[in-house]
Amino acid sequence: MGFFDKLKETLGFDKLKEGLTKTRSAFTDKIEQIITGYRKIDEELLEEIEEAMIQADIGVHTTTRIIGEVRKTVKKEQIESPQALYEVLAQKVADMLGHEIKPLNRAAEGPTVILVVGVNGVGKTTTIGKLAFHMKQAGDKVLLAAGDTFRAAAIDQLEIWGERVGAEVIKQAEGSDPAAVVFDAVQAAKARRADVLIIDTAGRLHNKTNLMEELRKITRVISREIGGAPHEVLLVLDATTGQNAIAQAKIFQEVAGVTGVALTKLDGTAKGGVVVAISAELAMPVKIIGVGEGMNDLRLFAPEDFASALFNRDKE
Amino acid sequence: MIFEGLADKLQQTFRKLRGRGRLTEADVVEAMREVRMALLEADVNYKVVKDFVARVKERAIGQDVLESLTPAQHVVKIVNEELTALMGGTQSRIAVANNPPTVIMLVGLQGAGKTTTAGKLANLLLQQNRRPLLAAADVYRPAAIKQLQVLGEKLDIPVYSDEESKNPVRISQEAVHTAIMKGRDVVIVDTAGRLHINEELMAELQNIKQSIRPHEILLVVDAMTGQDAVTVAEHFDGQLGVDGIILTKLDGDARGGAALSIKAVTGKPIKFAGMGEKLDALEPFHPDRLASRILGMGDVLSLIEKAEQSLDLEKAQDMEKKMLRAEFTFEEFLEQLRQVRKLGPLDQLLGMLPGMGNLKKMPGMEVNDKEMKRVEAIILSMTKKERRNPQLIDGSRRRRIAKGSGTQVQDVNRLLKQFVEVKKMMKQLQSMQKSGKKGKFKLPFMR
Repeated sequence: MGFFDKLKETLGFDKLKEGLTKTRSAFTDKIEQIITGYRKIDEELLEEIEEAMIQADIGVHTTTRIIGEVRKTVKKEQIESPQALYEVLAQKVADMLGHEIKPLNRAAEGPTVILVVGVNGVGKTTTIGKLAFHMKQAGDKVLLAAGDTFRAAAIDQLEIWGERVGAEVIKQAEGSDPAAVVFDAVQAAKARRADVLIIDTAGRLHNKTNLMEELRKITRVISREIGGAPHEVLLVLDATTGQNAIAQAKIFQEVAGVTGVALTKLDGTAKGGVVVAISAELAMPVKIIGVGEGMNDLRLFAPEDFASALFNRDKE
Repeated sequence: MIFEGLADKLQQTFRKLRGRGRLTEADVVEAMREVRMALLEADVNYKVVKDFVARVKERAIGQDVLESLTPAQHVVKIVNEELTALMGGTQSRIAVANNPPTVIMLVGLQGAGKTTTAGKLANLLLQQNRRPLLAAADVYRPAAIKQLQVLGEKLDIPVYSDEESKNPVRISQEAVHTAIMKGRDVVIVDTAGRLHINEELMAELQNIKQSIRPHEILLVVDAMTGQDAVTVAEHFDGQLGVDGIILTKLDGDARGGAALSIKAVTGKPIKFAGMGEKLDALEPFHPDRLASRILGMGDVLSLIEKAEQSLDLEKAQDMEKKMLRAEFTFEEFLEQLRQVRKLGPLDQLLGMLPGMGNLKKMPGMEVNDKEMKRVEAIILSMTKKERRNPQLIDGSRRRRIAKGSGTQVQDVNRLLKQFVEVKKMMKQLQSMQKSGKKGKFKLPFMR
């Protein structure tokens, strides 16, 4: 049984909803408040919904697009009641996110290499800790690579996580070449027959050309040592980030070939709406979400649940 | 460049406006619609945008503006003033205690950059001849204490920490006592990142506040934050009473939503901005200068300040003398190059010159740091003799230099040619000074 079957089994999707409670209540309450104030669907109502969506960081562009589609559907299906708007909205958002749950990629044989990238402070190391924990639970042999050789004490931070979850950390001294660390780690993963190698990298702003080149080099080293690797390049995005996340996703995709998004810090009041734009514009699936600081606070991302959690009125 | 996306959009809008001689009310309304979109795409808070657009519209549609000779200029001026006002007008400084130590507490969400900022702030204070002490009160995040210790070591500043203790209130108190004992006049308390809705952890901050009575509570905010920035700031301010904001990661390409919204909503000024990964990359925040940079009006003041801080005045004067005596060799050229590079990344510098922000987008005008590095490499591949006497450099020397610097012979040729041009200009300058007449000297682009 694969890691994700196990994860699904142990966590179940109710947990996703639980994690999204705050997201949902902040946003749905708002939508509900707006909708109950109206007797029919008119421009004013749509405009207010538009406002609420922009406030959820969905972005002007994507919001305009969604509202445009909603308008068409309302006209075509002759929807009159404001209450029915919920479902239409949720449907449109789910359309953009893609309907299926997308598990993390696995190597057909040999170690699966997961490269974790992102700008500073989004929660890369914490996400790696949680991921390693779950994979260990599922019976995988996990190896971690301390590829953040820049930030003070970043290696120590990963080591503490390694101890917590019982995963070995491959490292060199602070300030050394991250590509060299990654090379060592890949060799170790092969030699020790690890099932999964998770590589931490330094946070880098996507507009810093030299740092992005460094990342390109890291990816090159990995794929040279293991054909088809990295199997998963996870871009970690902070849910509090606004429209800048789109620029981040674009450039990281171009440089490192991102295969999935990990959306963190969804336990705050931020709505993370920018992932709707990212999924729609870049065809980049959200795969996992972070909903807290504990080892267990990691969930698979279920687009339909996310969308209906955003819009669904039913409070279970 | 800072806030590039927003700057581009706004400047585009106003260029269109300038293209028309007279303005009608409809022109202003259309321009404001574009401004609204640009601001929303830049993550400026929804309500702030609404108010801002309404205010500008009201002022711009006033009689005297539309009927003035340069109405577009007037509109830009109004936008500039309102942008400046949004960000808080002029620079705000931090409070200093009458009775040292001054206690500064850094708070914020996870990943905003508190620990790095603590190090940078300590460095900045050090430059101002203060004697800071860092306090490691983040007992939750793995290796947070270690991170602060490493920063303290790099800066040679004491760090108070207690790895046994899980009590941030105690740690903060002890840190202040230690500062008094050691005669340190500023204490910077690094607290753990927390969610503004986590009641337990917010209560912890209140307890720290009560026990050490900080003179400044600074909220550290990631400049890339979206619409939530305002919610976060309001919560922290409501529960803790924040004195100011430090914006981090402004060297990214964030469009400035947080910078433009937080002051407007909470009334708390932005005091510093983080501009890079290095420890010296924290700058005082100047709303007026930033506003004019956003509108493409440049920021010459900051450029001058930068030059004063980073350039070696004596060296510069010495260089000037040498240049005028036409003793200018590749050695001086190299020295000059390095001085300019000390000022910071070129694109940041260009953004400070009026109208120059768009320069780098023009073909053939890519003034980048890479190019400067290449020139440096070429010069470094010359022998000392060659640097002092470039005439020596013949064909085979050129090939050797190209090889040594990893460039092409054409690159070497180009540099040699440029160098001759520069020397010619020096000579002209010199003869102009000697003859004492002004205005004789002409730059190639002057008529």
